[in-house]
Amino acid sequence: MTLHAWLIDDAPASAWQAQCGGYYRGLRRAMRSPSTVFGIVSVLGIVLIALLAPWLGRVDPNAQDILARLQPASAQHWLGTDQLGRDLWSRLIFGTRPTLLIVVLVALLSAPMGLVVGICSGYFGGWVSAVLMRITDVFMAFPRLVLALAFVAVLGPGIVNAVLAITITAWPPYARLARTETLAIRNSEFIHAARVAGIPTWRILLGHVLPLCIPSTVIRVTLDMAGVILTAAGLGFLGLGAQPPLAEWGAMVAAGRQFIFDQWWVAAVPGAAILLGSLAFNLLGDGLRDVLDPKNA
Amino acid sequence: MDDALLTVSHLDVFYKRGRESFQAVRDVSFEVQDGETFGLIGGSGCGKSTILLVLSGLDGHWRGEIVLDGVVRKDGQRASAGHSTQLQMVFQDPYGSLHPRHTVDRTLSEPMRVRGLEHVEQRVLEVLEHVGLDSRFRFRYPHQLSGGQRQRVAIARALVLQPKLLLLDEPTSALDASVQAEILNLLMDLKKQLGTTYLFVSHDLGVIGHLCDRVAVMQQGSLVETLAPENLVELRGTHPYTIELFQNSQYA
Repeated sequence: MTLHAWLIDDAPASAWQAQCGGYYRGLRRAMRSPSTVFGIVSVLGIVLIALLAPWLGRVDPNAQDILARLQPASAQHWLGTDQLGRDLWSRLIFGTRPTLLIVVLVALLSAPMGLVVGICSGYFGGWVSAVLMRITDVFMAFPRLVLALAFVAVLGPGIVNAVLAITITAWPPYARLARTETLAIRNSEFIHAARVAGIPTWRILLGHVLPLCIPSTVIRVTLDMAGVILTAAGLGFLGLGAQPPLAEWGAMVAAGRQFIFDQWWVAAVPGAAILLGSLAFNLLGDGLRDVLDPKNA
Repeated sequence: MDDALLTVSHLDVFYKRGRESFQAVRDVSFEVQDGETFGLIGGSGCGKSTILLVLSGLDGHWRGEIVLDGVVRKDGQRASAGHSTQLQMVFQDPYGSLHPRHTVDRTLSEPMRVRGLEHVEQRVLEVLEHVGLDSRFRFRYPHQLSGGQRQRVAIARALVLQPKLLLLDEPTSALDASVQAEILNLLMDLKKQLGTTYLFVSHDLGVIGHLCDRVAVMQQGSLVETLAPENLVELRGTHPYTIELFQNSQYA
């Protein structure tokens, strides 16, 4: 039996096979759309670049060469150099690291937090829901960048504080989303059936409600990652995110601002990277929606 | 009668909408004998499904007394941990009563696993066989099953803990005619094999008359009369509402 036949088998012999078959069908559906493929490839590409940065970067991204500052692209410096003579190609490559770190940390912190608050609020209802949702409203009422600015101003600039600041403003939409999903399934017959079957509440929340809230949250998180990249770059641009000499795209754009008319590539190179990174996550999110959204299945 | 498995006395169910209170069930009392098939009929909104929700422990807004297999619950008291082995329920809509992301195997085995029972795998296969599904269906997801197959899985889930009483909430009304007959025959076969007591809710008189030993007729939250089998076969009632119900069904 070929792998394909095993995967699409109508009568799986084990839970493992059934699971794999489900993923396989999803992947095939995703591969039908060119923009999704582009999103998947780009995001995987960014991850690979971040992992292989020491080999791809060619030279130390922080090595200064004052005599060779603001050089245009050449065989030696593929994308030219910045105001301190640092190789822009290396800095671009190493710049994927702080960006991805922020994206991943924000996703890992804000999505579970939003899910817990949203699911508990939706399932238990009553005063639990009222309290949790008012807290959510309070956080939702703050403009994201302004709160992040205030937070970083208090705690001091740096990547970790930037992540915390973004997370604080990023989780409320996930809580809202999870609550809505939970409300929709709380009174469905399969939840009733699980309760009649004597399945404990925590197991219903984790095993029955959560799996149905995850797809929409994953889609939303992926689509939001574009915004997170922009916010992180914005904080970097304002000098509140990653600190010099660390190569970070937002900070690189800020540094290139002074020379934008004469040496445009210093700002344009990291700017294009921010654009591509955001676009990649956006397309991936769109593709995931096609795959994961049960309404499209 | 001697041994009642389920006794419901003076059951009232209230729902609060804002400040107004709505009484869905008023002063209903009945007994279900061990081993019988007890029918509950009435028009839609008469409170029959509400009674099932209360019995299954899903609804807490009630007053009265429920004695199930010697265990007493009073006035909105929650069901105890052992409740699920005494009573299980088959829901109306087989498309809504199975978790869309759980395989048949998980649906059937989870109630046993949370109880720490042994030989779960063996029991899953056994129950599947009971409801006429072979082991090929074990690891399928609900979207890979037809309506009738889903309802068989739902019945299997209800049987897996070997309950004494099975609540059937219009288990065939969402299925088409030929599949309805299949499921009803299955339920009757299972009853013969396992001796489970059924509490069967329906608005379909044909189904009720065909299957039930005794029938209670409900109207607007009240129980108007209970019919013995001999009256059931000839669709003979004494209460005006019962007569109206039976007449309507003959024209239908």
